[in-house]
Amino acid sequence: MLFIIARRLLQAFVVLLLVALVAFTIFRFIGDPVESLLGQEATVADRQALIDRMGLNDPIPVQYLRFVGNAIRGDFGISYRTAEPVSALIAERLPATLELAFVSALFAIALGTLLGIYTAIFRHGFTAHAIMSSSLIGVSLPTFLIGVLLIWLFAVELGWLPSFGRGETVQIGFWSTGFLTASGLKSLILPAITLGLYQMTLIMRLVRAEMLEILRQDFIRFARARGLPERMVYFGHALKNTMVPVITVAGLQLGAIIAFAIITETVFQWPGVGLMFINAVFFVDIPVMSAYLLLVGTVFVVINLIVDLLYLVIDPRLRDGQLKRQTV
Amino acid sequence: MIEPLLRVRNLRVVFPHRHGELVPIDDISFDVKRGEILGFVGESGAGKSMTGAAIINLIDPPGYIENGEIWLEDERIDQLDARAANRVRGKRISMVFQDPLTSLNPLRTIGDQLVETILVHLPISPEEARRKARKGLEEVGIDPARIDAYPHEFSGGMRQRVVIALALSAEPELIIADEPTTALDVSVQAQVLELLKKLCREHGASVILITHDMGVIAETTDRVAVLYAGRLAEIGTTAEVLNSPQHPYTRGLIASTPSVEHGDIGTHLFQIEGAMPRLDALPSGCAFHPRCEYADRRCAESRPDLLQERVACWQYADG
Repeated sequence: MLFIIARRLLQAFVVLLLVALVAFTIFRFIGDPVESLLGQEATVADRQALIDRMGLNDPIPVQYLRFVGNAIRGDFGISYRTAEPVSALIAERLPATLELAFVSALFAIALGTLLGIYTAIFRHGFTAHAIMSSSLIGVSLPTFLIGVLLIWLFAVELGWLPSFGRGETVQIGFWSTGFLTASGLKSLILPAITLGLYQMTLIMRLVRAEMLEILRQDFIRFARARGLPERMVYFGHALKNTMVPVITVAGLQLGAIIAFAIITETVFQWPGVGLMFINAVFFVDIPVMSAYLLLVGTVFVVINLIVDLLYLVIDPRLRDGQLKRQTV
Repeated sequence: MIEPLLRVRNLRVVFPHRHGELVPIDDISFDVKRGEILGFVGESGAGKSMTGAAIINLIDPPGYIENGEIWLEDERIDQLDARAANRVRGKRISMVFQDPLTSLNPLRTIGDQLVETILVHLPISPEEARRKARKGLEEVGIDPARIDAYPHEFSGGMRQRVVIALALSAEPELIIADEPTTALDVSVQAQVLELLKKLCREHGASVILITHDMGVIAETTDRVAVLYAGRLAEIGTTAEVLNSPQHPYTRGLIASTPSVEHGDIGTHLFQIEGAMPRLDALPSGCAFHPRCEYADRRCAESRPDLLQERVACWQYADG
C-alpha cells in the first residue's frame, strides 16, 4: 500500500513538472517579456540590463529549472499590468475562488448524491421522473445563462439576493472569508448554484445509474434474502459500492469547478482568480496567465491524488494491490 | 401426522409481458417437513429458482404471485408487507445463492456482514453478535481469526462456506439453497454439500436444494421434486423417484446422467430429444408431450395434474 502511494506521488510530481514546462513556455516565448516590461521607449542598454537581470540569455533548460525553482518558492514573477508580484495577486484572490468552489462542490455532491439515490430507489415514481426530466435542464443550459436567469429572478425580480460581488468579508490572517457575514453568505448562494448546477445534475445521473447497476448485483439480492431492511440494503450495501466511480467524477468535477469558475466569476463579478485570469488575458499579462495555468494544474493533480487515495480507503481489493491495473 | 414446516399450495407466478403474460410457475403444490432435505431438479428455466424466490418473497418485479398460498407453519407468508417479510427472510427462511463470488459485498468484511445479519434478527448486543459470528465461522470450518478479512481474501469454496454461515447466522428453520455448488470445483462441491447437510441436521433446519444435478440429488436429498416448464412433473422420496421414475421426463433425466460406477466412460449418453419449450410458446396439454415417446392424443389435448401426489402423467394414470 505504501508502494502504491509512493508511486502516485511520483506520478503527480512528473505531471506537475510537465505542466510547469507548458507554463514556462508560455511565460518565456509568448510575447516578449522585455518589451512588455519596458515599453517602446526603452534604450538598448536598458533592454540589455533587464535581459541580464532576468537571465534570458542563459540556456533554456537552466531558465526552466529557475522557473520551477521560483514557482516552488511561490515566486511567479511580476505582473506586466500592475507591476505587483503575481503571487500577491493570487494570494489576494484565491480565497474567494476556493470558498465559491467549496460551496458549489458541497451543493453538487450532497444534493447530487441524495437525488441520485432517490431517483434510483423510486425510479418508477412521478417525483423521480420529474427530477430526471428537469435535470436535463441542468445538463444542457450553459452556465452563463443559468447565472443570468438566477440574477434576473432572485436579484432583480424578487430582490432577495445580491447580484454581484462577495458582500462583506472578514480578514483572517492572509485569508479573506465571506463565510462569517450575512451579506457574504447571501452573496455566495447564486454563484454557487450557478457554478454547481451542472456538476450536481451530472453527479445525480451518475449516482442513479451506478445505484441501478449495483442493485442488480447478487450481493444485494443476498442482503435482501438475509432479511436486512431496505434502508440497510440501500445505504449499507448499495451506496458504498457506487462510490468509486462517483468520487472519480466528483474529483474531476471539483477540479473543473475551480478551473472553470471563470464564467461564473465573470457573470457575478466575483473577485476570484478566474476573473483575474480573464483580466490578464485582456491585457496580455503573461506571468499571471502562466501562474494561473500552474495553479489549475496543481489543483487537478492534488485532487486526483486525493481521489486515488480515497479509492484505497473505500475498496479493500485495491489496498492489497489485487486490481492494480484498474488504479493506473 | 406432524404438521409440515412449509406448505405451498397451487402456487402460480405471473410475469406481465407485451403479449399477455408469462407463467414461469403454474399450479405447484408441495410440503417441506421439518428437518428434511427436499430437492428440486429440472432444466434451466423449469421454475426451480423462481419457486425459491417466491417462498422467500424475492420475485423480481414485474413478476408476482397471482394465485396460491404459502404457509410457514401456521403463518401465511405469501402476502406479507415489506416489514413482515423481513421478519421471515433471514430469520426463519434464508437462502444460499449459486455464485459465492458475487453473493458477498466486496467492500465489507465478512464479520461485518455476519454481525449485521445477526443484529437485525436477534435481540443481542453487538459483542454477543460478534461472538456468535466467530462461532458461526468455526462451524463452517473457517478460522474465526479471519473474521475481519474481506471476501476477496477467500477462495470460492471458502466464500460459499461464509455464505452458508451467513444463511445460518440467525438460526433459520428453512434454507433454500439455489445451486449452491454449481459454481464450485467438483472436489469442493462434495465438501460444501456435506457441510450444508451436516449443519442443517445439527440445527434442525429443513433444506430446499435446487440443482440440475441428479448426482447431487441422489447423495443429498430425502425427497425430490422434478419440475418441467413451470409444473411439477413428479415428486416422491428420493429412493422412489430414482429407483422407479414414473414420468417419462424423469426417466430421461436419470438416463442422461453420467455414472462412473456403471461404466459409462466412453459410451454415448442418452439425450432427451428437443428442448424445453419457451414460456411464451408452451404447447397445449402436457408441456412435455412434444418430446415424449409415449405421448398420445390425450397428452396433446389436456393437461395432467399430479396424480396420487406422485406424478403428473396420463400414461401413469392408465397404469
